[in-house]
Amino acid sequence: MPPAIRTRNLTRIYRKSPKRGAPAAEFRAVDDVDLEIQPGELFGLLGPNGAGKTTLIKILCTLLFPTSGVAEVCGLDIVKDCERVREKINMVSGGEASGYGLLTIREQLWVFSQLYGLTTKEALSRIDRMLDQYGLAADAGTKINRLSTGMRQKMNLIRGFMTGPSVLFLDEPTLGLDAHIARQARGFIRDWMAEDRTRTILLTTHYLAEAQELCDRVAIIHQGRIRACDTPAALIAAHRGDAVFEVTLTGLDGQAERLRQDADMKVSRLDADVAAGRTTVRFTLPDDAALTGALSRMAALGGKIVNLSKHEVTLEDVFVKIAGQSIAEAEKSSE
Amino acid sequence: MSSLANNLRAASARAWIRVVAANRELSWVFFETFLPAMTTAGYVLVYRALGAPAEYEAYVILGGVMTAFWLNVLWGMAAQFFWEKDMGNLDIYMMAPISRMSILLGMAVGGMLGTAMRSVVILVLGIALFHVRFEIGGLAAAFGIFLLSMTALYGLGMMLASLFLLFGRGAQRWVEVAQEPVYLMSGFYFPIANLGFTAAAIASAFPLALGIDAIRQTALGSDTGFLPVGVEAGALAALAVLFFLLARRMLRLMENRAKRDGKLTLKWQ
Ligand SMILES: Nc1ncnc2c1ncn2[C@@H]1O[C@H](COP(=O)(O)OP(=O)(O)O)[C@@H](O)[C@H]1O
Ligand SMILES: [Mg+2]
Repeated sequence: MPPAIRTRNLTRIYRKSPKRGAPAAEFRAVDDVDLEIQPGELFGLLGPNGAGKTTLIKILCTLLFPTSGVAEVCGLDIVKDCERVREKINMVSGGEASGYGLLTIREQLWVFSQLYGLTTKEALSRIDRMLDQYGLAADAGTKINRLSTGMRQKMNLIRGFMTGPSVLFLDEPTLGLDAHIARQARGFIRDWMAEDRTRTILLTTHYLAEAQELCDRVAIIHQGRIRACDTPAALIAAHRGDAVFEVTLTGLDGQAERLRQDADMKVSRLDADVAAGRTTVRFTLPDDAALTGALSRMAALGGKIVNLSKHEVTLEDVFVKIAGQSIAEAEKSSE
Repeated sequence: MSSLANNLRAASARAWIRVVAANRELSWVFFETFLPAMTTAGYVLVYRALGAPAEYEAYVILGGVMTAFWLNVLWGMAAQFFWEKDMGNLDIYMMAPISRMSILLGMAVGGMLGTAMRSVVILVLGIALFHVRFEIGGLAAAFGIFLLSMTALYGLGMMLASLFLLFGRGAQRWVEVAQEPVYLMSGFYFPIANLGFTAAAIASAFPLALGIDAIRQTALGSDTGFLPVGVEAGALAALAVLFFLLARRMLRLMENRAKRDGKLTLKWQ
């Protein structure tokens, strides 16, 4: 069986239209990406907003031409065999508001099923089974324009599941969902995968915990490039020697941000609670011995330690090591 | 390859949305039925006040019926892909293993059926209120011409929809610009033969102009026809084929440009 997804030197450049004074700019949203994803894998593409995740998905879904490089889905070239690729795939993105407000959930799903050659009988039987399975049976007759975000996203997921794609693309499927609905959605994704071992999902997310919990393998993407690609466990194991600490300090008043500039500490999170005068810093050190130095530098800034703890390495810490900044920082700087 | 059956299935689902949704939204019912009906009645009254010949009233009713279809083509076809893009449906259609033409076809057939229900209202209003009389003998021919004009008109709609695939909100402005002059040129309210040959020939590129002219000659016994009915019917058929082919061509072209320029979808992130 060919790989479910394979890309070689895949690159997409956007030409931003020239602004007054400035020349037309080129922007590499996806930069020389090589990926190989096998049938049966739940593969995660993890990166901050603006990393190029959606662009990569759109290329693989035949909605966007690559600028250079090649990509195949189920062994079919996404440009030359684009019509046959479409028979193999479906895509759902988070926060999508597709559909027609005046139709009910059941009617809308039927309409979308008709784009995939399902007979009405087959379509409705799948739809009814899935509405039941994903807890929407009671809302089957609710109009789309009355749906909550959670209901809408469940409907969107059913839209993707029901056509039985070989490769399903999920672009930030839990974006904007309440924690418990996001958890449900992850359950649905796992259930759908478990029904057939040859199904493949490429999922994007900027939630580290989601990638760690859900995915068989993860690629970390930053500024259009794949920086690392492995199982979450292996990515973490590769950094197991690192020492991750969390310290809560008082007395830093306004100096907290300076900790980010500390060359030996890779700060992955910094929560300053100004009202309480407390700052919590999570950081990675090369080894335990470096802790003394780090603490004395904090003390030099006026910080007094309230709490200190040592932690297991998570994907979040790995991301900071690889990208040189945390997801939150990367998103701030891309705005 | 996507089979014919699958494409027809997609087209009928897309048509179904039109018919169902159009009758669930009261403001559309108002916009698409009441407004053309009022305009039509207004013109009838103006013509009466001016002492125009009685058959002009029948022209106006006919024009009113056709206006409903023209508005539907403009607002329901030409600008449609923009709305689909805005709502996030365009991705879904473009990614599906079907011909995009089946989506356009579905929009056209659905729009036509939905509007047909509205135009019956205008027709009944005309017959009941203004006692418009038709030539019973010519009705079958008139209906045939009507179907031909609809095919050509919605073919034009499919072409406009493809053309506007790359447009953003600007599409709406263009639709507004197209709306009014067409009334004048199309013979909604007077025979195009009155425009003189050259202008009438230009107006004939717009399928409703020929359609209305031929229906007048058949169903209303008008003797101010532009060309013989047979010629007009042939021209309508040619226009229908031409628009359909152009629509297909344009759609493929615009889709490829959109995929190249990253404009198939509106929201990036
Ligand atoms: N159609 C487009 N035209 C121009 N720039 C785009 C377009 N789509 C995305 N971009 C830019 O490309 C970069 C990557 O975007 P995207 O692929 O949406 O990232 P992600 O999904 O990881 O947030 C962003 O900087 C975005 O502004
Ligand atoms: Mg995105």
